[in-house]
Amino acid sequence: MSNNIHHMVQMDRRQALKAAGAGVLALGFASTAHATPESAAAKLAELAGSAGSMSDKVTITLPEIAENGATVPVGITVDSPMTADNYVKQIHVFAEGNPSPETISFNMTPTGKAEVSTRIRLGKTQNVVVAAVMNDGSVLTAKKEVKVTIGGCGG
Amino acid sequence: MNFKTITTAVALVGASIALAACQGTAGYEPNPYDSMDGGIWSGYKTASVETQAMQNDDFENPAMPWVDAAAELYDKADGEANVSCADCHGAPDDETGGLKHIPMKGVGASYPAFDPETNKPINIEMRINQCRTKYQKAKAYKYESDEMLGMTGLVAMQSRGMERVSTADFPDDKLNAFWKKGEEFYYQRRGQLDLACSNCHEDNPGNMIRAERLSQGQSNGFPTYRLKWQKPGSLHRRFRGCNKNIRAQPYGYGSDEYMNLETYLAWRGRGLPIEAVSVRK
Amino acid sequence: MAKKPRVKLPKKAKAGDIVQVKTLASHKMETGNRKDKKGNKIPRLILNKFSCSVNGKELFGADMHPSVSANPYISFFFTAKESGKYEFKWTDDNGESIKVSKDMTVS
Repeated sequence: MSNNIHHMVQMDRRQALKAAGAGVLALGFASTAHATPESAAAKLAELAGSAGSMSDKVTITLPEIAENGATVPVGITVDSPMTADNYVKQIHVFAEGNPSPETISFNMTPTGKAEVSTRIRLGKTQNVVVAAVMNDGSVLTAKKEVKVTIGGCGG
Repeated sequence: MNFKTITTAVALVGASIALAACQGTAGYEPNPYDSMDGGIWSGYKTASVETQAMQNDDFENPAMPWVDAAAELYDKADGEANVSCADCHGAPDDETGGLKHIPMKGVGASYPAFDPETNKPINIEMRINQCRTKYQKAKAYKYESDEMLGMTGLVAMQSRGMERVSTADFPDDKLNAFWKKGEEFYYQRRGQLDLACSNCHEDNPGNMIRAERLSQGQSNGFPTYRLKWQKPGSLHRRFRGCNKNIRAQPYGYGSDEYMNLETYLAWRGRGLPIEAVSVRK
Repeated sequence: MAKKPRVKLPKKAKAGDIVQVKTLASHKMETGNRKDKKGNKIPRLILNKFSCSVNGKELFGADMHPSVSANPYISFFFTAKESGKYEFKWTDDNGESIKVSKDMTVS
C-alpha cells in the first residue's frame, strides 16, 4: 500500500514535470509546488510569468549522452548585442529531474557576449531548462534533453 | 623541389623515425596490443569530446588546482632537513635536474623503476615518500592524499607527450621477475565474476560493457581526474575499483600485487604518450 | 593543502576586444543529500556565490546551488575596457570566501 502511494506521488511528479516541460515553465510550475522544492517552483513562476517563451535565440550546448552525471559540461549562448540598452541580465539553469532543480544563475552586465559555460550534476536522464532574463524584463527559454547513463564499470 | 616532393621527403623521414622508434621499443616479448586491430590506444581516444576538451586545456582540467598546490609544496623546505624538492632537483621543468642532476622530466615515462633498497619496483608515489622520509626527514604523504595526488601529478606531467618506455620483459632486467608476476596477475581470473584483467582489456577493448566502452586499461594518463570521483585519483585506486567491480578483494595501495601489475601495465603501454593529469569519465 | 582557484585572464588586451575568462575552483560542493558510512547526513557545504569585479565594479556573477559539479568551472566573456585589478571571489555557505586577483592592461 505504502508502495502504491509512493508510486502515485512519483507519477504525479513525472506528469507534473512533463506538463511543465510542455508548457515551458509558464503555467506548469504553479501547480507543482508540492513536487519540486518550493523555492525553485516559485522562482520559475516568477521568472517566466506570462512572458516566458521558447526562443531560438537561446542555445544550450550539452552532450547528447553524459559520460558521467557528476560532471556534465553545459554551455549557454544568447543571441544579444549586450549593449546598455539591450542585454541579458540573468541566465538561469534548471535541471528538471534533480532533487532540487535550481542549478546556477549567472548575473550579467552589458559587456562582451552572452556566452557562459559551467559543469553541472544531473541525477538521471532529464531536460535542462534555461531561462534568460533580458534587461526589459522579457524571458527567453530553451530546453535540451541529456541522457545520463548509470552502471557499467565505473570502478 | 616542389611542395609535394618536400612533403613526401618529410613523410619518408617521419616514417623512418617511426620505424626506428618501433625498433627502439621492440622488446624481448611482443606487446599483445601490437597485433590487434587499431593497435595500441589511450583511453583518451574513446573519451567524449567534452571530456577531451577538459583535458586539453589546463585551465579547464579540474585536476590542476591539486597540481598548483603541489607546486607550492615542491618549493617549500620541509622536514627536519629543512630542504625542498627544488633544492635538490631544481624547478619541476628544469631539464638539468638541479643540484642533484635528477630532472623530473622523464620520470613519468619510465617509472616504475627498480629500487635497490627494497629490491622491488617503486612507483612515483613511493619515490616521493622515499625522498620525504630519507632526505627531507619529513612525514610520508598518505597514498591517496591531496598532497600525494598533486605531487604525483606534478612529477608525471613533466613527461607529457613522451612515450612510455619499459624493458621489464628482458630476462636480465631487474624488474623482470616482478613483470612476470604482474603478467600472471593480469591473466588470472578472480572475484565472484571470475574475470581477469585480460577478459575486458585485452579481449574486448572498444566493445561495450553495458553502457560503457571498455578501454585497453592503459596507465599513461595517471594520476587521472575522474568525473565519477570528482577529484584526481591514483592508478592503484583504479585497480581497487576494477577489483571491486568484479567482486574480488581489492589489494592495498602500494601493495606488492599492484606494484607488479603497474610494472606490467607500463610495459603493455610502451610507446603511448604520457597524458598526466588526464581527465576520464 | 590549500588549493587555489585557477583563473585564465590575458595579461594584456586591446580596448574593445572580447576576452574570455575561465575559472576553476577546487571544492567538494557537498550537496547535503549524501550520507556517510554510518548513515548520518553529511551537511551541505558548497560555494554558493561567484563574482568577478574590476576596480570594484561587478562585471559578472553567479549564484550556485548543490547541482553545480564539484570543483566548479565557470567561463564567461567581457569587453576589454579598463586596465586594473580583476578580482574573482568565491563564497561558501559559511560566508567564508576565497579571492584571486589578476591584473590586466588594456591599451
